[in-house]
Amino acid sequence: MSTKPVIGTDKRLTERQDLWWLEPLLVAVVLTSFVIYTIWAVLQRSDFHFGPYTSPFYSIPFTSAEKLEWLPFSPAFLVIWIPIGFRATCYYFRRNMYRAFFWDPPACWVAEPKRSYSGERKFPFVLNNLHRYFWYLAVFALFFHIYEAGKAFFFEDGFGMGLGTLIMLLDVTFLSLYIFSCHSWRHLAGGCLNCFSKHKGRYTLWQRISQLNEQHGLWFWLSLMTVWVTDIYIRLLSKGILTDVRFF
Amino acid sequence: MSTVTFKVFRGDQNGGELQDYTVEVQEGMVVLDVIHKIQAEQAPDLAVRWNCKAGKCGSCGAEVNGKPTLMCMTRLDTIDTSKPVTVRPMKTFPVIRDLATDVKWNYEANKKIKPFAPAPNTNWVMFQEDVDRVQEFRKCIECFLCQNTCHVLREHGEKTGFIGPRLLVRTASLEMHPLDVENRLDMLKNEGGIGYCNITKCCTEVCPEHIHITDNAIIPLKERVVDEYYDPVLRFFRRLFGSKKRPELSQAADD
Ligand code: SF4
Ligand code: SF4
Ligand code: FES
Repeated sequence: MSTKPVIGTDKRLTERQDLWWLEPLLVAVVLTSFVIYTIWAVLQRSDFHFGPYTSPFYSIPFTSAEKLEWLPFSPAFLVIWIPIGFRATCYYFRRNMYRAFFWDPPACWVAEPKRSYSGERKFPFVLNNLHRYFWYLAVFALFFHIYEAGKAFFFEDGFGMGLGTLIMLLDVTFLSLYIFSCHSWRHLAGGCLNCFSKHKGRYTLWQRISQLNEQHGLWFWLSLMTVWVTDIYIRLLSKGILTDVRFF
Repeated sequence: MSTVTFKVFRGDQNGGELQDYTVEVQEGMVVLDVIHKIQAEQAPDLAVRWNCKAGKCGSCGAEVNGKPTLMCMTRLDTIDTSKPVTVRPMKTFPVIRDLATDVKWNYEANKKIKPFAPAPNTNWVMFQEDVDRVQEFRKCIECFLCQNTCHVLREHGEKTGFIGPRLLVRTASLEMHPLDVENRLDMLKNEGGIGYCNITKCCTEVCPEHIHITDNAIIPLKERVVDEYYDPVLRFFRRLFGSKKRPELSQAADD
């Protein structure tokens, strides 16, 4: 049986008339800028702290980045690999990464550069199958983000709330929505079952996660933005370029 | 009434080209109406496959301005008719003639999927919550637009190692069935080639039945493959406590 498409050999890139290149371009620009900023911020080793606020890049479990000054490398390296690993293996991120950076495909129905393709069957992309392990670690790290956000209410002059507190609260909210709408979590919580009627509790949980999961991409971007904004805000406060707004 | 130019692929296995047809169109027309009008007035030998004109038989898949779609469900007011509109057959399958393609590869690949297998002495009572998921997959009309769209088949021609989104949806409908006891994970990992899918979601974008192909079928299947082949911790615990997940399986194996 011949499976070779007769018109599959033509040289057209696509007949799409819309701006199909815009989405992968925007994704590539935003993600590349975020990566460059993150590397820079992590290597800075300064300005990650102001008053009760700590940058999410430097939120270190059981201790604080200041206490780790003696380390020969930036203390952010101790934790930063968790969110990086979690995001890099995220199903939603993978869609964007393959489209924007590998052009596999650049957009739907647009021709790809001709080269061999093995998808996620071989190294390195087969490692994406470890996503659930990064999910476990991300939940662990999230608790410390929540702890840091809680600390952001306790100023030197007592309990209060500033713009920084609000930003940090938004950050943990979106991070929680992102982490708890994960496809792997959806599977582990209930998706792996075939008979929901025998597991009512897990079924309800699975339904809730499924609802959140529909917006997984939105939570991905919002949480990426809030992490970014939180670090920038705290950095600007610490450098004295901005003054914190206190609500009470 | 206005006049629109359609560039329609005319040709067969040996190749072909786009041919221009100028057609008077009316409000409410779909692309399939235009093709029928061309057939009636200008090219009686133009080959096109169709049946229901209601988006349910899945026969009229083609590429309109580069987008895989059902011609009977593509209204002219959703496309830019101020410029010529191209209509080509599905790119992934061999052309028989003009807009009709040979989709029999899909039926051949389908043979890799083991059929529904209930446990012996099955109690056939099912609860709605157990079959909701599967019912979404049963909406498939086998238009094969997702197969045509998937870059693994379309761009890389991987028709031996990969079964494509439509057949992954079918596998999901069996794997998640509350009364099925067959195991298709080995097929998915190997001959089914689920690892070829890089979840770029184009299949979901074209499905006329709005099946969440990637989120509800492919990713959950990928996770099941991870359970079985890439998660040593889970495997260790399962071995320790005996797999409680599908006790029916071992029972069926005993019979
Ligand atoms: S998500 Fe997977 S199956 Fe669907 S089009 Fe993309 S690669 Fe193909
Ligand atoms: S899954 Fe959707 S796009 Fe694919 S064959 Fe079925 S109805 Fe068509
Ligand atoms: S003619 Fe039946 S789906 Fe279009």
